[in-house]
Amino acid sequence: MSTDAATTRTGQFALGVLETLPLVVAAFPFGIVFGAMAHGGGLSYAVTLGMSAIVFAGASQFIAITLLFAASAMPVIVLTVFVVNLRQMLYSANLMHHVQHWPQCWRMPLAFWLTDETFAAVTDRINRHPEQPGLRWFYLGSALFMYVFWQISTTVGYLLGEQIPGLQDWGLDIAMVVAFVGIVVPALKHRADWACAAVAFCSALLTYQWPYQSGLLFSSLLAIGVGMALSKEVGAGE
Amino acid sequence: MNEWLLIFLMALVTFVPRYLPFALAGRLKIPDTMERALGFVPIAVLTAIVAQTALVRDGSIDLSLGNHHAIATLAAFVVAVWTRHLFATIGVGLLVFALLRILLPG
Repeated sequence: MSTDAATTRTGQFALGVLETLPLVVAAFPFGIVFGAMAHGGGLSYAVTLGMSAIVFAGASQFIAITLLFAASAMPVIVLTVFVVNLRQMLYSANLMHHVQHWPQCWRMPLAFWLTDETFAAVTDRINRHPEQPGLRWFYLGSALFMYVFWQISTTVGYLLGEQIPGLQDWGLDIAMVVAFVGIVVPALKHRADWACAAVAFCSALLTYQWPYQSGLLFSSLLAIGVGMALSKEVGAGE
Repeated sequence: MNEWLLIFLMALVTFVPRYLPFALAGRLKIPDTMERALGFVPIAVLTAIVAQTALVRDGSIDLSLGNHHAIATLAAFVVAVWTRHLFATIGVGLLVFALLRILLPG
């Protein structure tokens, strides 16, 4: 392996870490709330950290413990988590074109670590530097950084939950919301993009009462359809 | 309920949707239309999550000035349009939220 290739690997790995930093900062309070909620609901530390380490899916973990504490049946929880995760299948499909040159031994762990945050960082890099080599090292840096800090924030939350009762009601999920705003807005370039966002926004508010977050999935698909229709009308997303 | 069994099943239904397209990549040609549709995925999904988290509080839509999440999100949106900078967006959003919490406790 040439020195150049090694430099690319390390450089891309470091860049992946660096460009995920703002998103990790935003996800940290989210992990804290998860840990505090799990503690408040009476889960053991082993089970709490086990969920963060083995499932590793923020939104799904919140929904799962909320349903668990509401005494829902296991099949209901598992089905709900499945539906919530379908959006990550869209992420994964979105990256297929880039992944096809990677060996399967890379695809499996990188798929396990696919989150909103890493997807955002990776697509941002693809958009800005389409031809740059070493994408999987960038992805690996982003994913590992996110994974390690998710475990740390879960632990911190669990410990703080013991010290500060009611921490989960502080509204710390705001960090995730503003991070998503910061990801989406720079991606709004054409009229079709804005229309897609507007439809997703309105539809999500009209369907929030649908069971198992199905309104989220429906709104996403509807918004994608509108974006497609408009970009076709004016030609190739102009 | 066996919590470890729940974690195992959750891990399964989380990993499979994440991995399936990765596993098939290269063996399956994605049609151009599909590829174009997938380009809208981040905007559509993340915006829908933002709308529901910022405006739906305690199970109903809250458009009042007492909804600190909504005001902080709006501030973040303005900064994002203006600067297109992720750190600035997160920073201002969190700052506005913290100030509202301190100055106008609900």
